[in-house]
Amino acid sequence: MTFLSVVSCTQIMLLNHIVHNGGLYKRPFNEAFEETPMLVAVLTYVGYGVLTLFGYLRDFMRQWKIEKCQNATEREEQKDFVPLYQDFENFYNRNLYMRIRDSWNRPICSVPGAKVDMMERVSHDYNWTFTYTGRVIKDIINMGSYNYLGFAQKAGTCQQAAAKVLSQYGAGVCSTRQEMGNLDKHEELEKLVARFLGVESAMAYGMGFATNSMNIPALVGKGCLILSDELNHASLVLGARLSGATIRIFKHNNMQSLEKLLKDAIVHGQPRTRRPWKKILILVEGIYSMEGSIVRLPEVIALKKKYKSYLYLDEAHSIGALGPSGRGVVEYFGLSPEDVDVMMGTFTKSFGAAGGYIGGKKELIDYLRTYSHSAVYATSLSPPVVEQIITSMKCIMGEDGTNVGKARVQQLAENTRYFRRRLKEMGFIIYGNEDSPVVPLMLYMPAKIGAFGREMLKRNIGVVVVGFPATPIIESRARFCLSAAHTKEMLDTALKEINEVGDLLQLKYSRHRLVPLLDRPFDETTYEETED
Amino acid sequence: MDIKSMKNYLYWLYCQFELITCSYLMEPWEKLLFYTFNITMLVMVLYMAYIFVPVHITMAFQFFLHLFGNQHENTVSIVK
Repeated sequence: MTFLSVVSCTQIMLLNHIVHNGGLYKRPFNEAFEETPMLVAVLTYVGYGVLTLFGYLRDFMRQWKIEKCQNATEREEQKDFVPLYQDFENFYNRNLYMRIRDSWNRPICSVPGAKVDMMERVSHDYNWTFTYTGRVIKDIINMGSYNYLGFAQKAGTCQQAAAKVLSQYGAGVCSTRQEMGNLDKHEELEKLVARFLGVESAMAYGMGFATNSMNIPALVGKGCLILSDELNHASLVLGARLSGATIRIFKHNNMQSLEKLLKDAIVHGQPRTRRPWKKILILVEGIYSMEGSIVRLPEVIALKKKYKSYLYLDEAHSIGALGPSGRGVVEYFGLSPEDVDVMMGTFTKSFGAAGGYIGGKKELIDYLRTYSHSAVYATSLSPPVVEQIITSMKCIMGEDGTNVGKARVQQLAENTRYFRRRLKEMGFIIYGNEDSPVVPLMLYMPAKIGAFGREMLKRNIGVVVVGFPATPIIESRARFCLSAAHTKEMLDTALKEINEVGDLLQLKYSRHRLVPLLDRPFDETTYEETED
Repeated sequence: MDIKSMKNYLYWLYCQFELITCSYLMEPWEKLLFYTFNITMLVMVLYMAYIFVPVHITMAFQFFLHLFGNQHENTVSIVK
């Protein structure tokens, strides 16, 4: 018996070391990041150059009191100290961001569903101050909220259940998880989350950002190695830095880069002492929200097993949005949840609530219950929010007896395919994977960032535009987040307006022209690509 | 109708210029400054072209003529 088990162990070990010749992916992985056209890059730099010159002119005028200075400056007594506002970030803020600031922080005054109401505001001094006109712009098609499965609703089963729990428990918890804030609702939620993900145990936290930044320090420390993707979210970066471990960055979604780092780590060990690393943790995200790309999870797991490291998967955007039954990126690739050591996600995006969770083996979660900063110091989730998560999760799993959850997941997949295909046919440059509901449309030039946001709002469509600190300086984009609550009519209206604005602002930079299919919506056939 | 579409096209071109050079984002006095500077430079370049380009072309023409043949005038004439 023991001989047989030893032989099968070696066989399994050998299986992890062979070269997989195409057996890892069970479905095609279509991801594309079209290169910036040279002319567009040059013109973008020209635009930034002009704005920089005018920025220097305005700073000069403010310094010499020709113009009133409306931003924050040091007091007179502090003018001889180390300057606070002279670095590039503050220069960018004063001179470039202020000019287009009206596209951000727009106040909405209804539930952020498929359509949203917004309060109209005007600025009489070029975006330094805003005043509300009092008018409410109604029924703006919402292409910016992370409402992937459409659970941001003010009526329906989720809302009724949450209202009932609100009348039972109230809104406040008034304590941390370890003291008096551990409600029976939290226990119920955690069992449900563990069942949903297919892991042994799970723990829920009050804030998604805090889940990452407070739990990574509990898992790794000095003497450990963190291999983090180039484009990881700020919460992962903050958690990695707070932990005190050594951080090495691999190129975005590039498995050769990751393998090289892993090999170097195993061969050379820690920097000066050459001792082996205590732990190697790979930090990746399911869907990267600025690029719309999906992590190459089968390859990451194969590498993780080969080099015996641990994997931390942040499924903030992919839980509920990918996979045939909405269980996330692990189900999308057909892998087993036991291969991922720490599965983290948030309830903010697909479940219409707030907070985050971590799922994994029972020993891991029991350890986190005691040692996580978030469990010890942060207030736990509010009861109506917990009920919203429980109801929406049961709906997705189909346990409330209806087909609504499955229909929503399928509707989201159809919307994603349709929207992406139509935008590519129109000639825009779209980044990311074919199946990701996050659609970045490249704008590149700084004036077009402001113009796109304003023109789309004039046509009653709300979009999120992203510029410098969140993206590289020439690669600014507009980011659409699709939802299962968007009907085909809404998507067609949005596409028509995007087409119009694209012609008006000349945003159709793509040089790969797709042959458009005859109008058969929700078609899964592949298309040919012809170059201009 | 043609004039109207022509005017629309020119307006669209002007909008593209505004977007590319970011004068869409500037305040009116900044736009005035920017356009004044641009138009002044353009007028100066055109004026220089108007004055110097014919002279340069004739000089280049004479240089190439000197390179490929050495006849400034036709010296052959028939004397009867």
